[in-house]
Amino acid sequence: MSFDPATLARIANLARLDIPVDQLSRFGAEMSSILALVDQLQGVDTKGVAPLAHPLSAVSEMALRLRPDEACADIDREANMQNAPVTENGLFLVPKVLE
Amino acid sequence: MSRPQHTVAASVAALASGTVSAVELATEALARANAAADLNAFLHIDAARTLAEARDADARRQAGDAAPLLGVPVAHKDIFVTRGWRSTAGSKMLANYVSPFDATVVERLRAAGTVCVGKLNCDEFAMGSSNENSAFGPVQNPWGNAQIGARIPGGSSGGSAAAVAAGIVPATTGTDTGGSLRQPAAMTGITAIKPTYGRVSRYGMIAFASSLDQGGPMAHTAEDCAMLLDAMAGFDERDSTSLDSEKAKVSIWRAFSDIIASKRPPSLGFEGLRVGVPKEFFAEGLAADVAIRVQEAIDTFKKHGATLVDISLPRTALAIPAYYVIAPAEASSNLSRFDGMRFGHRAADFTDLNDMIAKSRAEGFGREVQRRILTGTYVLCHGYFDAYYLQAQRVRRLIAQDFQAAFQTCDLIMGPVAPTTAWKIGEKSTDPVAMYLEDIFTLGVSLAGLPGMSVPCGFDQQNLPVGLQIIGNYFDEPAMLAAAHRYQQLTDWHLQQPGGAK
Repeated sequence: MSFDPATLARIANLARLDIPVDQLSRFGAEMSSILALVDQLQGVDTKGVAPLAHPLSAVSEMALRLRPDEACADIDREANMQNAPVTENGLFLVPKVLE
Repeated sequence: MSRPQHTVAASVAALASGTVSAVELATEALARANAAADLNAFLHIDAARTLAEARDADARRQAGDAAPLLGVPVAHKDIFVTRGWRSTAGSKMLANYVSPFDATVVERLRAAGTVCVGKLNCDEFAMGSSNENSAFGPVQNPWGNAQIGARIPGGSSGGSAAAVAAGIVPATTGTDTGGSLRQPAAMTGITAIKPTYGRVSRYGMIAFASSLDQGGPMAHTAEDCAMLLDAMAGFDERDSTSLDSEKAKVSIWRAFSDIIASKRPPSLGFEGLRVGVPKEFFAEGLAADVAIRVQEAIDTFKKHGATLVDISLPRTALAIPAYYVIAPAEASSNLSRFDGMRFGHRAADFTDLNDMIAKSRAEGFGREVQRRILTGTYVLCHGYFDAYYLQAQRVRRLIAQDFQAAFQTCDLIMGPVAPTTAWKIGEKSTDPVAMYLEDIFTLGVSLAGLPGMSVPCGFDQQNLPVGLQIIGNYFDEPAMLAAAHRYQQLTDWHLQQPGGAK
């Protein structure tokens, strides 16, 4: 399958990547060659094989542990906010979403 | 060499006997890091912070602290977040990110007494096999030189590998998603182990592909790796895939030491050890020099008592497409957190919120990361999910089953780590798929979640290192490390130093 410009634009939008126009064709060509590689999977007979997510489930089923849903405060708020691009009064500042 | 800079074991012994202090070792490591700045192995050095940690280690020793690695200088791959240090994942996206917390691995190694000398360069978000995808420039392999050209150190833990190979620090941390500990170790002539999936906590390890990512140590010897992995591994409630089974609770160092002390194979010889040799690992595409060196290494095991068993891992080549569906799918999900809002790069010009996110991501991520996000988004799309993602997970199960079938007839599997030795910087960076194909021997192990090692086993005609891969069944790290340790008593490949090392 080749990665045509319309598909690339749709996927880039879903991935929230604003790919510059002058890079679209190179990205498209690279994505086509990657898809040609992964298309090798299509010929494999996997009838009756269950998908494997946790690798150790290959020998015995592994359940993911859940933690109690309890509030914790183990991260320093001030240290955390220092990495924010823009803040105001200890809050993250983002562009207006609703008019 | 007046100082025990080359191994962890020698550093531990010298520190314990009082012939050297943690401050002296840290000072010397910092000087070597500065002298070898051309390698571009380090992204961040903070001498004052390092020396403060070293003084603290010396004070702990004075106070009677007997932590196993007290005062040993190490450096962390910049994938591990470190409080107070920049933690960039090799990305422009996180160029100015200072972590408010420590990764579990960092916390544990500090509790064990290590002193952090700096943060190490890597492929952006650990995506790459050559370290050329770092936003902060490629790392030089210390084995490269004017005659054969500048060589890649492998990736993605390229800075970690180069720093050990060049003798700057005796050990470093790295991470392995599809081979990122083993392949750079092979390319730089050092030893590394990727543990069983779930052994080492992923908390604070900047996520790439969560069902594959594992941290591990890089050092010169298997013995050093055993000491380090013992300190790094263990249950962590902050990682939902951290293992808390009985098998996972056994101390790796104690189990390793017990095997060595038992005077039974493989402590003295390899009698009784069945080494599986997969025919698919010696097929077309394997460089002749690599094949010869790896075969010689396997013959060394045979000469000292091991039984060689022909095995087959029939889906070896299929690991490539399966991995390059699963890893990008998980990456596209993990990297969706980078939106320019709470941390990370934010574009300067934008029209609205969506535009801000899309521009911040396009500016902050490099090309390889963007390719993987696009691939991952595509294979998770409605209409493709079953054909790509679920199909890849089914193939993943078949690959894991192939390994389990093989372990019915052998104890350890051995073969090459990578098809070639270190290539020239720039040689493969224009063709992403050509680079992906280099991972053929490491990806299956990652998909199956098995432990895998790289052990130095010689050099090619250009004097570039070759790595022997040792693959064990789940939780067999002590046996793998013991076999590698015995091999390193019989050979001296791991002791060779690059001419370019300062």
